[in-house]
Amino acid sequence: MLYREVGQFKTSYAADQQVFPIRQDRIGVVLILLVALVVVPWAGNDFFLSAVAIPFLVLALATIGLNVLTGYAGQLSLGTGGFMGVGAYACYKLVTTFPDAPIIVHVLLSGFAAAALGIVFGLPSLRIKGLYLAVTTLAAQFFFEWCFIRVPWLYNYNASGAIEVPGRQMFGVTLTGPSASSTARYYAVLFVVIVLTFLVKNLIRGRIGRQWMMIRDMDIAAELMGVRPLHAKLSAFAVSSYLCGVSGAMFVFFYLGAAEPSAFSVTLSFQVLFMAILGGLGSLVGSFFGAAFIWILPILLRWGMPLVGMPLPSETVTQLTSMIVGALIIVFLILEPHGLARLWQIGKEKLRVWPFPYA
Amino acid sequence: MMRKSVIVGGLFAVLATSAAVPAYAEDSIYVPLFTYRTGPYAGSGIPIANGMGDYFTMLNERDGGINGVKIVVEECETGYDTQKGVECYEQVKAKNPVVITPYSTGITLQVIPKAGVDKIPVLSMAYGLSAAAVGDTFPWVFNPPDTYWDGASAIITDIANREGGLDKLAGKKIGYIYLDAGYGKEPIPLLEDFSKKYGFTLTQYPVPGKEMQNQASQWLNIRRDNPDYMYMQGWGAMNPTAVKEATKIRYPMDRFYGIWWSGGNDDAAAGGDAAKGYRTLNFHGVGKDFGVIQDIKKFVVDAGKSHVDAAKFADNLYNRGVYNSMLIAEGIRRAQEISGNKVITAADMRDGLENLDIDAARLKEMGMEGFAEPMKLSCSDHSGHHKVYVVEWNGSDWQKASDWFSPMTDVVRPMLEKAAADYTAANAPWPKREEACKN
Repeated sequence: MLYREVGQFKTSYAADQQVFPIRQDRIGVVLILLVALVVVPWAGNDFFLSAVAIPFLVLALATIGLNVLTGYAGQLSLGTGGFMGVGAYACYKLVTTFPDAPIIVHVLLSGFAAAALGIVFGLPSLRIKGLYLAVTTLAAQFFFEWCFIRVPWLYNYNASGAIEVPGRQMFGVTLTGPSASSTARYYAVLFVVIVLTFLVKNLIRGRIGRQWMMIRDMDIAAELMGVRPLHAKLSAFAVSSYLCGVSGAMFVFFYLGAAEPSAFSVTLSFQVLFMAILGGLGSLVGSFFGAAFIWILPILLRWGMPLVGMPLPSETVTQLTSMIVGALIIVFLILEPHGLARLWQIGKEKLRVWPFPYA
Repeated sequence: MMRKSVIVGGLFAVLATSAAVPAYAEDSIYVPLFTYRTGPYAGSGIPIANGMGDYFTMLNERDGGINGVKIVVEECETGYDTQKGVECYEQVKAKNPVVITPYSTGITLQVIPKAGVDKIPVLSMAYGLSAAAVGDTFPWVFNPPDTYWDGASAIITDIANREGGLDKLAGKKIGYIYLDAGYGKEPIPLLEDFSKKYGFTLTQYPVPGKEMQNQASQWLNIRRDNPDYMYMQGWGAMNPTAVKEATKIRYPMDRFYGIWWSGGNDDAAAGGDAAKGYRTLNFHGVGKDFGVIQDIKKFVVDAGKSHVDAAKFADNLYNRGVYNSMLIAEGIRRAQEISGNKVITAADMRDGLENLDIDAARLKEMGMEGFAEPMKLSCSDHSGHHKVYVVEWNGSDWQKASDWFSPMTDVVRPMLEKAAADYTAANAPWPKREEACKN
């Protein structure tokens, strides 16, 4: 009834090719942006912003990064955590070397370090595919972790071997470090995530994104039609690593506040991979769904179980949470193997023909 | 008229108190404990969590709290994971905690810069950032009774005592096996310094966190290098694995030292009878023969108010949890004295910890005679470099194997100050200490 595109005629190519061709979608996006920009910072307390919203956005960006590589270009990667780490350490080096430049610039630049290394570790993808490629990306993960521990230059020869976030300001507002308010950090993260998501969306709609999908669907056919696998695969690795690097830098600078190498372990890679698979491979909105499911649901459960009259010891809550989330992952994947994004799409299609079961 | 003003005044008072203490009643003090009963470090985390919780339960049951104020203890499960640590910190921050006990070096590093901004003291008992002992730089962080560097220097001292003096160390080979993370890497600068100074060879064996249950290659190297002494800085599943591997290569266990965090009963027991002689540092009593442990047994364990397994009651790490909670409780008590309030704030707690002065008489009063050494902190020294002693594993329990002795404070203190200066330089602008010293 409400969600129907009847009567919305496109009179120009521009109108026909816009990101959200349906008016209701545009309204929805504006509403979501309003909620993210106004309602969340206004209504959320420190806990919600610092422990829920900020990591959710950061991990959603990492999931988008992985989705570009795995979902759109079809190259399975287990090195997300490592590439996030590269971004974080690059940002740390940049911030300590050039203390006066704005932090957002550092964050955006640090992604290029990750992109460069992504291209290097993407080279094997020209020869190997699928699970075999996953093994080489896993090697990248272990190699980066080894570097974070073993190359003291990366953490400025710090005795504790960890990177710490110094306080930095931009436009007179403290954005990083302990005295940065959660609202300021939230806005910084939100800004980066919105801008990059928008860019990625347009990249995917365009020539490059279509090349990625052609490579994913059938690389030989794509090659015969003139897509150069070298360019397509390496550009996917570069863009994906860039996004992961930026998200890793934000992970440390706007969320954790200090990080040991173990923060970028293979566990993080798997966490992001689960977000991408559960949210739906090859879907941007799915990246947000997946990140929400894997990150926010456990927190809600941990926080909510004691509220509904279950005074359980904290470790039981943690274990129950893992069990419930694990069971839900299985349930959702059985219901819809293509992830939450596909469920969302089916829901929208049903809404279009509602109240009739089919059109 | 009178009645109306009373009602208005009453309402106002209710509003004021509810604004000040949103989560808990006026007559209690909220102490969150970051614990880990899950994950790969649970083996070390569970006994500590039990000990910490049980001491407060005992105070509440036996004395009705501290000076009549109940202690509300809440555990937050971190799983030794820094991400969950942030979550726990944000979660408890809203409830007016008087102190944060992160129980993980990674989480401590995250919390240290926040402590000064949020005005919540951090008590990282013998772990965390060694440099935090410099109270002038880190007014909100406390790491009594000793830092890792004290620990490393104490182990070298004990080795030297056995060899007959520091000058006899020349030409010896000391192996250092450690968890390859901030926690394990921290003593390396000091050890390298010592190896130059005293002429012994230092060989290093890092154990990556995710491979801590597989140390075969490290111990193969150790067998090849055959160091005269081994020193371990391990935690969680790394400890029992190392002890087991050491027995496998028949390393002489009485030459194998662990820092205090490598001294869990389960850690040593993993090596079976062959682990006899394994030595670790300690700064509190082992066993049940102390008034305080008996009180915990009577008021908490026998009353069914504890999580602890009867067989694991009062094992080494459990007693460490008790010791840790004793420091918190004494900090609260001191804060009450200084501020004159029964219900203290986090800022009062900071003063309390900074002026902590537990003398022999007080220890006796608490039933901790022989359990702990007297300790005193000051504004500039938040660690105190207190005495430690060595315990030895006899196959079933830890036995005291040395007298209490001091670490090399004279060597450690300048290094701490240098490290603190490095930290502030790296984290510039680091705030200057503004908190008044009440020593």
